Amino acid sequence: MNPPRETPTVVYVPRDAAALAVGADVVAGAIHAEAARRALPVQIKRTGSRGLFWLEPLVEVATPQGRIAYGPVQPEDVPDLFTAGFLSGASHPLRLGSPEALPYLQGQDRLLHARLGVIEPDRVDDYLATGGYRALEQALALEPPELVAQVQRSGLRGRGGAAFPAGIKWDTVRRAPGPTKYVVCNADEGDSGTFADRMVLEGDPFSLIEGMTIAALAVGATQGYVYLRVEYPHAYRTLTAAIELARARGYLGPDVCGSGRAFELEVRVGAGAYVCGEETALLESLEGKRGLVRAKPPLPALAGLFGRPTLVHNVLTLATVPVILAEGAEAYRDYGCGNSRGTLSLQLAGNVRRPGLVEKAFGMSLGELLYDYGGGTASGRPIRAVQVGGPLGAYLSPSHFDLPLDYETFAAAGAMLGHGGIVVFDDTVDMARMARHAFAFCADESCGKCTPCRIGSVRGREALERVLAGGPVEAELALVRELAATMRDASLCALGGMTAYPVLSALEHFPEDFTARARSGRPVQG
Amino acid sequence: METRDRGVPGPLAPLLEAHRGRPGALLPLLHAVQEAVGYVPPAWVPSIAEALDLSRAEVHGVIRFYPHFRQTPAGAHRVVLCRGESCLARGAEALIAQAEQRLGVPLGGDTPDGRFSLEGVYCLGLCGCSPAAMLDGQVHGRLTPQRLDALLATAQERP
Repeated sequence: MNPPRETPTVVYVPRDAAALAVGADVVAGAIHAEAARRALPVQIKRTGSRGLFWLEPLVEVATPQGRIAYGPVQPEDVPDLFTAGFLSGASHPLRLGSPEALPYLQGQDRLLHARLGVIEPDRVDDYLATGGYRALEQALALEPPELVAQVQRSGLRGRGGAAFPAGIKWDTVRRAPGPTKYVVCNADEGDSGTFADRMVLEGDPFSLIEGMTIAALAVGATQGYVYLRVEYPHAYRTLTAAIELARARGYLGPDVCGSGRAFELEVRVGAGAYVCGEETALLESLEGKRGLVRAKPPLPALAGLFGRPTLVHNVLTLATVPVILAEGAEAYRDYGCGNSRGTLSLQLAGNVRRPGLVEKAFGMSLGELLYDYGGGTASGRPIRAVQVGGPLGAYLSPSHFDLPLDYETFAAAGAMLGHGGIVVFDDTVDMARMARHAFAFCADESCGKCTPCRIGSVRGREALERVLAGGPVEAELALVRELAATMRDASLCALGGMTAYPVLSALEHFPEDFTARARSGRPVQG
Repeated sequence: METRDRGVPGPLAPLLEAHRGRPGALLPLLHAVQEAVGYVPPAWVPSIAEALDLSRAEVHGVIRFYPHFRQTPAGAHRVVLCRGESCLARGAEALIAQAEQRLGVPLGGDTPDGRFSLEGVYCLGLCGCSPAAMLDGQVHGRLTPQRLDALLATAQERP
């Protein structure tokens, strides 16, 4: 008789795209090879990322004392880790201890992102073992109006950027007449500085599937679509695999969990047009057309996809729904401040020492996020500007760092919290070039339907190019202000309408960068 | 009058069959075509239009609207550099200039020898490890000028 095989040590290596981009696959391969060479039984599990990107590839080992993290691990560190005894959690210069005890994670309110980096995203049983599908079970026992009421009571607002109260949308779609309705997930996460949607799709896809299923039950839809950007091939593979698994287990299909209710879900892939992140352009694209923005009204909630009532939400909004049902609407509402309830997935990017995902209740100050979590710039130079809310968000200076992170305070300060994506710049940034970039981005991505956006963005870019070339500043800047105001007031959607935010905020808070004198001698960047 | 039936190009027939009747079929079909042959051959547009009961102008308009769809074959290697704000904050402009110089084409261009297509993208969602790029579907973060050169050199050696 063979001796019983030793139980393999479980080693977790992320397969999130950002971890792969810094070598996670190579590290996993090196661990596998080194274990084989030493005849040590090791089982490698591929998880999502916890979102501590400066520590990626972040490798964790299951020990009797819980998981122990090591990072950032490079392939050449692997033999040394084995020699040090990392399989039993031994000390090593890369040892970080328990990942949950890392200050970056410990201070967070991980409700929505609790499973990231913890479970294997392609295992239904991992999802079930961490509370998954409990909310759907509850939802199946509730009448649609009560489901909608729970979302209303939670105070949840759209996490894609516009922050519209989710419950109102749900109620509108639920009450809309008609036998055919749709639930559409906007996974066209095109804004620089945002990656939380991608992390959920790659690290916890069943939470989105469950959220969409509950939303469909509430509004009376039987078909859902996820509109996913083509730049996310890893998310596509994980999500489509998860949908297949959910269907095989009866969580999707003609008879969801034996309830007699049907819900089908399909992933549709975008084709590189940023404007399709705007909900009406997204619907046009889903219908197989050019992504031209529609005039509103009619609201998509009443006449959306193929003219039918459609609930459109961002990934994070939908993935939050199971949290609300499982934890209770009131418990969720207890997080946050003012009219910003629950948690926000803050995403730190750009020139920051500790880039990553910070899920926190609304209300923390911007400075706390930038310094306590972010640790200042990666370059070690002073922070000069941060752009909050994506490419269409305002540039803020250190004088704004006391602002609490909530929707209304930011709006009152002439900025936009949006989806919580934050890009940090050090003092080498040239804000005139960043303002030009904002116009250029809008010009490239405009759908062309409305004139202020289509023409204004091009003229604005040209005017700032003349300023950068040393042209007459005052006349050009007057033109830029006028163009930005026209775009803000008269564009059909947020792309043209909000390009004014980065442009005008750069002008207001960093005027010195627009004068010829200040530009000379400034290092060229961005 | 022009004859409508010119015969469906061989490789297109099964793709049309798979997508005919799907709601909003055009984008999935164009993806399938580009997946199969690397671009959307303009000569296929009439067959696509007819199968989906669209005008050729509508199909052409959709192909031209979306930057992802190509009307000519791509280079053997596809280099996609991120120029979103997060990557700009970490030196993406210099990397783009470097790639343009090494490959001898501007962003959006194909090298005349058919080896490389150089593309810019406004975000790859890899802002946690800016600056970032994608080479032949593989993602790369924390790029430096040295690493970019090394990546281009490895691609050059591959067929």
